[in-house]
Amino acid sequence: MKLEDYELRGTALRSSDIKKGKVLSTSWEPDLKYAWDNGVAIGRYLAELKAGQIIGRACHKCRRIMIPPRMFCELCFRPTDEWIPLEDTGTVNTFSIVHVNWDASRRKKGEPPLIPAVIEIDGASKGMGIMHMLSEVDPKDVKIGMKVKAVWKSEEEREGAITDILYFKPARAKAGKRRKQ
Amino acid sequence: MGYRKVAIVGAGMTKFVRRAQETGKELSWQAAKMALDSCELTLDQVDCVTLGTAPDAFDGVHMKGEYLADGAGAWRKPYMRHYVGGGTGVFSPIHGWFHIASGMADIVLVVAEEKMSSCHPHPQGAFITIFDHTTEQPLKPNLIWIFALEMNRYMQTYGLSKKDIALVSVKNKKNAIDHPAAQVAEEITVDDVLNSETLAWPVNRLDISPASDGAAAIVLVSERVARRLTDKPVWIDGVGFSIDTAYWATRDLSYPNYVETAARMAYDMAGITEPSKQIHVAEPYDPFDYKELHHMEGLMLCPRGKAAQLTADGVTQRDGNMPICPSGGALGVGNPIAATGLMKVIEIFLQLRGDAGKRQVPGNPTCGLAQAWGDLMQMGTVVVMRS
Ligand SMILES: [Zn+2]
Repeated sequence: MKLEDYELRGTALRSSDIKKGKVLSTSWEPDLKYAWDNGVAIGRYLAELKAGQIIGRACHKCRRIMIPPRMFCELCFRPTDEWIPLEDTGTVNTFSIVHVNWDASRRKKGEPPLIPAVIEIDGASKGMGIMHMLSEVDPKDVKIGMKVKAVWKSEEEREGAITDILYFKPARAKAGKRRKQ
Repeated sequence: MGYRKVAIVGAGMTKFVRRAQETGKELSWQAAKMALDSCELTLDQVDCVTLGTAPDAFDGVHMKGEYLADGAGAWRKPYMRHYVGGGTGVFSPIHGWFHIASGMADIVLVVAEEKMSSCHPHPQGAFITIFDHTTEQPLKPNLIWIFALEMNRYMQTYGLSKKDIALVSVKNKKNAIDHPAAQVAEEITVDDVLNSETLAWPVNRLDISPASDGAAAIVLVSERVARRLTDKPVWIDGVGFSIDTAYWATRDLSYPNYVETAARMAYDMAGITEPSKQIHVAEPYDPFDYKELHHMEGLMLCPRGKAAQLTADGVTQRDGNMPICPSGGALGVGNPIAATGLMKVIEIFLQLRGDAGKRQVPGNPTCGLAQAWGDLMQMGTVVVMRS
């Protein structure tokens, strides 16, 4: 058989076909609302974020310190063992410079591009990253391998959410490592 | 290993279009009927039906499997729907394969459907629920971001440029000119890709496949039935599938381990020890241009980081030593997600029979593979086929 021997079906519509009423369609705007329980591990993770702390969870068998934290190790398939406070600093594993919003609409004129990144959090096992945003940096200056530090909402504004961290910004070199003038 | 042999003997598909007048049921019926006609079977001879279709959220229909069942020819038959995100279309033949390899059925109709246009104004609005609802959704991510993040990491790890990667889009859109179902076939240049709108650097609009409506179908049969129906059966000699962690930000984004795991499973079953030599033609999943390269490496068709060089050297062109996506792929034919994977299986079926017309790769290929990938970038599905 060859595809070319058949008249393939499937009729392409243009938006004008619908606007002009050449074909009819039915539309619906659902009103769906959800409330997700945060669970044990992520519940504690969010409570610690509210307190201004990033926390991970260790498995003593595979010796991983994991973020986001989890109550069971999916590799060893056993309970995890211990809460481990992590740093609020990390390394950019990868990043993007973004001109589209979540719904595919475009950033408006004058709005700066968004810079989502995967950030490997200091204190967790190598390669353990989370997605978050970068800011206070010129997009041109963002590099993979760059050290970054969390910028937090004020204590009163924090509510126990991943957005209690507003974004990460380039970390200044530690005082001890600064060259003498 | 105690499996019965399974052959593909028929295929059908619709055109891939941005928005089809037909419903998902009607598209499914058109593809399924064509597949049965192509091997001169009728629905009453079919023992069971399997159907692949991606998220219910695209359609706003609860339980799409049940909704599409009549279009797929399933009523009053054993019927199952499968869904592994973007990996669905290559899981479709695997799901059908189980039923025959196990001895339960002799003739299985396998249908894959996707109608993405129902979700307004863009299916991206449905994609946000792919992300973790507590730790990621509040950051308002778009699915393109995660590909941009992966592409950037891949480029950085191997020192690749956007130009190296754009060549894939140029090749596939051109290949698609010869595909009768193609939605976005065109002759473009690397500069066209680089100058198209930047959506999420390093991803430009022409680095991405379109959203599409469409359906595809194949007929799978046991060896005994195959010998009776055709002198050109194509055998499914290896199947593989594997899922990696959903904590995607903790994975090595430069290499698709889940594709390698799935490929090793399929290669072991098919007796493939040197994929780059034994696989003559391949259809890896290419919803983004860098993914074709990523997947070639995961499939071990070339060493890690070397797929771009093979592309630049013309090795992956239809007349090259290792033709990749001779159909035109998702980038050229279009990407109605589940249907795309099955379209790739159909392309290998046609290539191995010498029935691919203008798309035929030279050298009488006898072994090929199709691969897809999906969920939260962590599901690999692979099928190895031989004539
Ligand atoms: Zn462990």
